[in-house]
Amino acid sequence: MSDSLALKVIEGDQRSIARLITLAEDNADEAIEAMKIIHPQTGNAHVVGITGVMGSGKSTLIYELTKAYRKQGKTVGIIAIDPTSPFSGGALLGDRIRMMELAMDEGVFIRSMGTRGMLGGLTSSVYDVVEILDASGKDIILVETVGVGQAEVDIIKISDTTIVLIVPGLGDSIQTLKAGVMEIADLYVINKADRSGVEQTIAEMQSLVDIECSNKKRKTPILLTVAKESKGIDEVLKEIDMHKIFLENSKELAQQRRLRYEAELIEIIRKRLMNFIFDEDQFKGTVDELLDKISKKKLDPHAASEIILDKILK
Amino acid sequence: MEQKIRILIAKPGLDGHDRGAKIVARALRDAGMEVIYTGLHQTPAMIVEAAIQEDVDVIGLSLLSGAHMTLFIDVVDMLREKGLEDIIIIAGGIVPEDDIPLLKKAGISGVFGPGTPVEVIVDFIQKNVKK
Amino acid sequence: MFDKKTLKEINEKQSEWEKKYYQPLIQKHPERRDKFENLSSIKINQIYTPYDISNEEYLKHQGFPGQYPFLRGIHSTMHRGKLWTMRQFAGFGSAEETNMRYKYLLNHGETGLSVAFDYPTLYGYDTDHPLARGEFGKCGVAISSLKDMEILFDQIPIDKVTTSMTINGPAAIVWAFYIANAENRGISRKCIGGTIQNDILKEYIAQKSYIFPPEPSMRLIVDTFEYGFRHVPRWNTISISGYHIREAGSTAVQELAFTLGDGIEYVKAAMKRGLDIDQFAPRLSFFFNAHNDFFEEIAKYRAARRIWAQELKKLGAKKDRSLLMRFHTQTAGCSLSAQQPEINIVRVTLQALAAVIGGTQSLHTNSMDEALALPSEKAVRIALRTQQIIAEESGVTHTIDPLGGSYYIEWLTDKMEEETYRYFDRVEQYGGVISAIEKGFFQREIAEAAYKYQKEIDDHNRIVVGVNDYKTDESVNIPILKMDEKGEERQIKRLHDLRKNRNQLKVERNLEKLRKAAEGEENLMPIILDCIHSYATLGETCQVLRDVFGEYRESTVY
Repeated sequence: MSDSLALKVIEGDQRSIARLITLAEDNADEAIEAMKIIHPQTGNAHVVGITGVMGSGKSTLIYELTKAYRKQGKTVGIIAIDPTSPFSGGALLGDRIRMMELAMDEGVFIRSMGTRGMLGGLTSSVYDVVEILDASGKDIILVETVGVGQAEVDIIKISDTTIVLIVPGLGDSIQTLKAGVMEIADLYVINKADRSGVEQTIAEMQSLVDIECSNKKRKTPILLTVAKESKGIDEVLKEIDMHKIFLENSKELAQQRRLRYEAELIEIIRKRLMNFIFDEDQFKGTVDELLDKISKKKLDPHAASEIILDKILK
Repeated sequence: MEQKIRILIAKPGLDGHDRGAKIVARALRDAGMEVIYTGLHQTPAMIVEAAIQEDVDVIGLSLLSGAHMTLFIDVVDMLREKGLEDIIIIAGGIVPEDDIPLLKKAGISGVFGPGTPVEVIVDFIQKNVKK
Repeated sequence: MFDKKTLKEINEKQSEWEKKYYQPLIQKHPERRDKFENLSSIKINQIYTPYDISNEEYLKHQGFPGQYPFLRGIHSTMHRGKLWTMRQFAGFGSAEETNMRYKYLLNHGETGLSVAFDYPTLYGYDTDHPLARGEFGKCGVAISSLKDMEILFDQIPIDKVTTSMTINGPAAIVWAFYIANAENRGISRKCIGGTIQNDILKEYIAQKSYIFPPEPSMRLIVDTFEYGFRHVPRWNTISISGYHIREAGSTAVQELAFTLGDGIEYVKAAMKRGLDIDQFAPRLSFFFNAHNDFFEEIAKYRAARRIWAQELKKLGAKKDRSLLMRFHTQTAGCSLSAQQPEINIVRVTLQALAAVIGGTQSLHTNSMDEALALPSEKAVRIALRTQQIIAEESGVTHTIDPLGGSYYIEWLTDKMEEETYRYFDRVEQYGGVISAIEKGFFQREIAEAAYKYQKEIDDHNRIVVGVNDYKTDESVNIPILKMDEKGEERQIKRLHDLRKNRNQLKVERNLEKLRKAAEGEENLMPIILDCIHSYATLGETCQVLRDVFGEYRESTVY
């Protein structure tokens, strides 16, 4: 079954793509089987990660980028990620709203995902979803992440090109976007550039880039857009293209992809380990016992971890 | 396996009353479901397309303008054409008693009118989605 | 009003009373709730005394009706001079059917007309537009052309009775239909009276029947203000609304603050164009909800009058006529139950009573079956009779502002005013009304309030009779209004005939003139009227504006 599903995905069948994504999100065995056939078919799509605080206009930018890519004849997959509630486990996935008619174009596939408990802004199965869309033939994959700031550093692991979106006049927004987030950008886009305060924002970004890129091969470009009015979009497309060429020429693309696979591998292992330790009935008892001992100060957490790892590695 | 119930909440047609749809969306999120809200002014084709790509288990249609007999049935028919009969369709808004049996016959599993407590909707979904 | 010494004494005696009488009693027999709050979550005390309004100076803060700050009423006679207009919102199916309903209502004593349009019309689409599929006539009457307007008001004396039209996105065009129809009947635009809702800001916030983005919408609205005071002097070119904001789930304070905030925004926009405030302000009108909490609603209307007068004075208005907050009220649709529908008559009565005591100029009472469908003839007749009984039998209109001076009402009025000004400040921090709309401020406040309300109901902390308590199993037996099934066909044929028989060249020329004018800055009303007179349809005219102005997309807030 998973074989035929995977093959249908590679043919580009919409329903199959959607189904396999669900199975991958649910960590189903069929998904794990299917990925064996999917993975060799990946590598063609250019993955663009887009991150930025709430209100910076990510959805609008993605809408505009998609329209522009479609004009170029390229097919687009969009992954829109919103936070899963840590209390209820549910999520309100509202990014699709801006893109409802876009999805009617058969060259566009949009999927909304909840973070399902992951920190770092990226859900663990998003690696699989990127591969699924890649294998189905999409030329470009746009990943929109939770606009929480610091926590989005993870997007660099999955993207070939990372765009950090800012808006002028947010005051100390640039300081608030702590060091880690700012460094991950391959491209800065100042959206809502028609707002007051934009010159100051440009100046601040410029000095940041000058410092950041002083020993780097490439100086991170800073672009201006007014996404709502479709302004500046073609320039963004051009810069994404140029970045792709830069990655290919400097052989960094392979390096980048390797980082993605490493992150994915770690993520898969981590998840399997965690499931094993906390979900398997027999093992959970051991963990509970150890937790009791730690609480009663009879054991410290490090010693406890050794006991667990010993048991697993045996 | 980490399975979540995925539900599409849609406002077909021109009706702009979204107070109920948004409250239900929020309540379903609080009940642990992944809720995709389409926003206003959706055509049946847009709703069905979203349902396919998002691989939802349930579609919730909300309409208060009286156009339910045309638009709800359009959605059901389109889903059937695409072979998606396993998706459960529920409806809310203003639906006169007389129309409910007709909607049910067409394929709508539950109609939740004004005054329905939110838990009734949550219960119905949890009971009827096979997961 | 009381001297400082007496007030101090009252306060001390109240503390004594609480210690000696109140506390001991609630120890033995606790009150029904831990705390009593109104619908805006304002804590309500067990009793109010002069001490609670000790800062009040009667002449400064309350005064007399018809005099600044107009707290007690905008006219010096109010309902003693003229009863409120009984104006029932109505419309369904085709123009023929609605015309009959208007005649029915007028025969049964309503004193003003109010038009409900169907969704395609509200969005500026003709009946045969693909997006109109299934929506014809369902929640209002379909008006696609001047021809339909002619039928709608056939044999109705629009020179003697005023008409309110609930239309927003395409308001200027529908107003043009009305003016053109009157003129074709020999009634001058100087004589016709009525209102167009024409309040786009609350559409973005609550009702959602917007078409164009904020800037061009505001331009169109100011165009109507200008055209109105110059050429149609008896017309209210806007009905700044809180009704829909409340229906979307807001509290009473939010309804008050957001509505008046919108109003101020419109005034500023018109002044920015250079219009004289004393010329257009007298024709600004308002539209409020009459919800469940009886005293809160009354305090709300009173506070609205005083705040509006204060704000317009600040903006530079010199004439008294510019400071008057004239309003229409509708009883709360969202409070009606689908279960045991007859009890809605009781709800509506209490709500209508609050609106009357609150000093409304015009009133619509909901019918008991409106949680289920559009009102049947019998149901709407009872709704009308409700107003007539209040007017003729209850005695509440014998004096002006009968609850003035009540310690509770004056305290609550002041409190609501205070909360409103707090909201005004917050909106300022967002950069003004339009900026706050774009940032989702109002929508968030409303969604939160709506969610909280629903939770209270689901948790049984708020009882809705017949819905989550006092329920019955009996099936509902209310005659539901059935519409003429041939209506849509008739309408589409009428449209086709109209397009065949008119001077097509003239229409196209006029629409082209409109396009050019829309791209520029001139007042669009005269050109819209030309288009309408040549029988351009609603959809055709709106499409030109859609092409030039673009369409608005909202960002959803939960």
